[in-house]
Amino acid sequence: MKGSIRNIFYFSVMAGLIVLVGQLQSWNVALSILNLCLISSIMALGVNIQWGYAGLFNVGVMGFAALGGLAAVIIAMPPVREAWAVAGSGVAVGIGIFLATSIAALLVYRKLRKGPLRTVLVMLIVILGYVLLRIYFDPTTKVIEKVNPASTGYLGGLGLPVLLAWPVGGLLAGAVAWIVGKVTLGLRSDYLAIATLGISEIIVAVLKHEDWLSRGVKNVNGLPRPVPYEVGLQNAQWFLSLCERLGADPVTFSSIFVKLCYAVLFASVLLLVLWLSEKALRSPWGRMMRAIRDNEVSANAMGKDVTARHLQVFVLGSIVVGIAGAMLTTLDGQLTPSSYQPLRFTFLIWVMVIVGGSGNNWGAVLGGFVIWFFWIEAEPLGLWLMNFLTSGMAADNALRLHLIESAAHMRLMTMGIILLLALRFSPRGLIPERNHQ
Amino acid sequence: MTEETLNALALLSNFVLVPAVAYGSQLALGALGVTLVYGILRFSNFAHGDTMAFGTMFTILFTWWFQSMGLSLGPLPTALLALPFAIVLCALFALLTDKFVYRFYRQQRADPVIFVIASVGVMFVMNGLVRFIIGPNDQNFADGERFIIKAREFKQMTGLAEGISIKVSQGITVITMIVVVAALFWFLNKTRTGKSMRAYSDNEDLALLSGINPDRVVMVTWILAAALATIAGTLYGLDKSFKPFTYFQLLLPVFAAAIVGGLGNPLGAIAGGFVVAFSEISVTYAYKKFANYMVPGDDWKADGLMQLLSTNYKFAVSFLILLLVLLFRPTGIFAGKSA
Repeated sequence: MKGSIRNIFYFSVMAGLIVLVGQLQSWNVALSILNLCLISSIMALGVNIQWGYAGLFNVGVMGFAALGGLAAVIIAMPPVREAWAVAGSGVAVGIGIFLATSIAALLVYRKLRKGPLRTVLVMLIVILGYVLLRIYFDPTTKVIEKVNPASTGYLGGLGLPVLLAWPVGGLLAGAVAWIVGKVTLGLRSDYLAIATLGISEIIVAVLKHEDWLSRGVKNVNGLPRPVPYEVGLQNAQWFLSLCERLGADPVTFSSIFVKLCYAVLFASVLLLVLWLSEKALRSPWGRMMRAIRDNEVSANAMGKDVTARHLQVFVLGSIVVGIAGAMLTTLDGQLTPSSYQPLRFTFLIWVMVIVGGSGNNWGAVLGGFVIWFFWIEAEPLGLWLMNFLTSGMAADNALRLHLIESAAHMRLMTMGIILLLALRFSPRGLIPERNHQ
Repeated sequence: MTEETLNALALLSNFVLVPAVAYGSQLALGALGVTLVYGILRFSNFAHGDTMAFGTMFTILFTWWFQSMGLSLGPLPTALLALPFAIVLCALFALLTDKFVYRFYRQQRADPVIFVIASVGVMFVMNGLVRFIIGPNDQNFADGERFIIKAREFKQMTGLAEGISIKVSQGITVITMIVVVAALFWFLNKTRTGKSMRAYSDNEDLALLSGINPDRVVMVTWILAAALATIAGTLYGLDKSFKPFTYFQLLLPVFAAAIVGGLGNPLGAIAGGFVVAFSEISVTYAYKKFANYMVPGDDWKADGLMQLLSTNYKFAVSFLILLLVLLFRPTGIFAGKSA
């Protein structure tokens, strides 16, 4: 029981910190930190499924999160009718070629036996598909990008409810993870790391440069929301009367109300994923995963297909990351491909998992909260520290100005040091993995 | 050969051959560092890209200092003068990271993946230091002459319509690469320390039994890795420009080069560097003009750019090469360590 008291203590300290921010800074800031803490926790859960359950080192978290973001655009944005009118047939041809290539490659993969012949054939089909796509689909993309480039210049989405994008983002991420895992799992653990690093860079490059799909660096703004808009609330009678009863200012309270709605949505997803993860961890499947992680050779000897289980868990973890990525884009209300930075989206999540406690889902959640909180609060703290340290210098001292200006970069270093310290002195994390005897 | 063909070849040399040789040399030097660390310390060092940035940062700082004192190498960039000092500082930092980070896990005989995660932590710290000291922006620190041969001079010399230009930085890159690689191989094959390093890489336990001092081997490895990273980073920075984030992104082609050649195999790293560089540049080059020279008559003029892959996706090339190697020959061309 000692463990659970400690955990409750940790989580209450975390809640206290957020309340403190609410009191000292503002409730708006506190709630936006809370929302991102919730999303970070889900991402950390995804990484924990891969690392904590199976010891897989995924350095492509950024890419899977970005795929979730893309799903939000594809599902929720209204379709651009002009673009479809001029380029619909071209898109159909493109999709046709893509599907034909995929089906052909999959058929060959299924029908032939494993060996060089199969690999070569699959590759030839993929290359042929790529060339055909370039020949027939490139002109179409140009046409699409010419339609109102200032406001659209892309195909838009399906105009479906944005909540649908969350599972779709997960599926998208899972599909890519399957391909990467299929090639790299079963080889050295470093290879998976390097391959995921590569695929995440490629995914982000696609989002940045395929304007017809994601508007590229022009960003997609104004994603539909799953929650009410502030302006709508401020004009709604029930909301105004609620404000009156609470004695709150409608403008401030409307934005707090919106953030609360998001928090409820995110928290329910977090609880669902957490519940499922805990269920899985305690099931025979979870015991098998831990057995494989702790001793691959003997698990293999017991007849467990190590590579197949690794692939399974890698896909599952990526799905969770993809869902979180879609949620993040939904919260932002826009897709900004240039904001996907590996240090922020991949390595920060890793710090969360390591600090929180690898192998323990509650640990990953706590890590998500703690690290995100300090990641955000490190900037004002660092600035304050720099101002304090340099207060003896003249106001226009070049060194002082440089130090204050670079205070923002301090947090990278801080995160690195936190990761190194946690890995060395508390390798099991804040909430260590329990030994299920 | 007709003049058209010669023009086409000149065009290809100017835009593919020359840049790829220079880029390949830079990647080879970077991959050598990765492969050395992998061979001796047995983990993929994710901090290598940022070590390159870290070392290059010192080169730039010394260059600025020397420039302010009026020191220069005439036609050659001042950075060459600054390089040795930068190597010393970068090696010192690498040794510090080993003392405070990696040594502990070595003594624990930790799993390689723990080393990899620790190297991610080191990467964060180095990245933060670089951004803190020199900032995240582009820095151009090349001075001296810019070209060995200008395109215009080449055209005048040969009378062709297409010129080949060779930058001083490209010349220096290739010469430095040859000198460094020769020195490294001499060191690994002829000196006592080098031999003990290879022995340690081949079989750690046997090497320890034969009385090889592991601390010394590890120390020399870090010094060599830091030196190679600083040289590679400086050459890349002279050739293009210095931007911390670009150096982080170099991690992928550098790893691809090391894996293609076979992790832990120095010769393979060099070959891998050129394989990756040539594929990357030749796949992202637009062949339109080249095709128009090669195809006689006007009826067959190419209408597209004839570019296989846009330069935006140059990282995809490293990635694809990586996948191909992993699919067909997971040990790399020159059979490194894979299991």
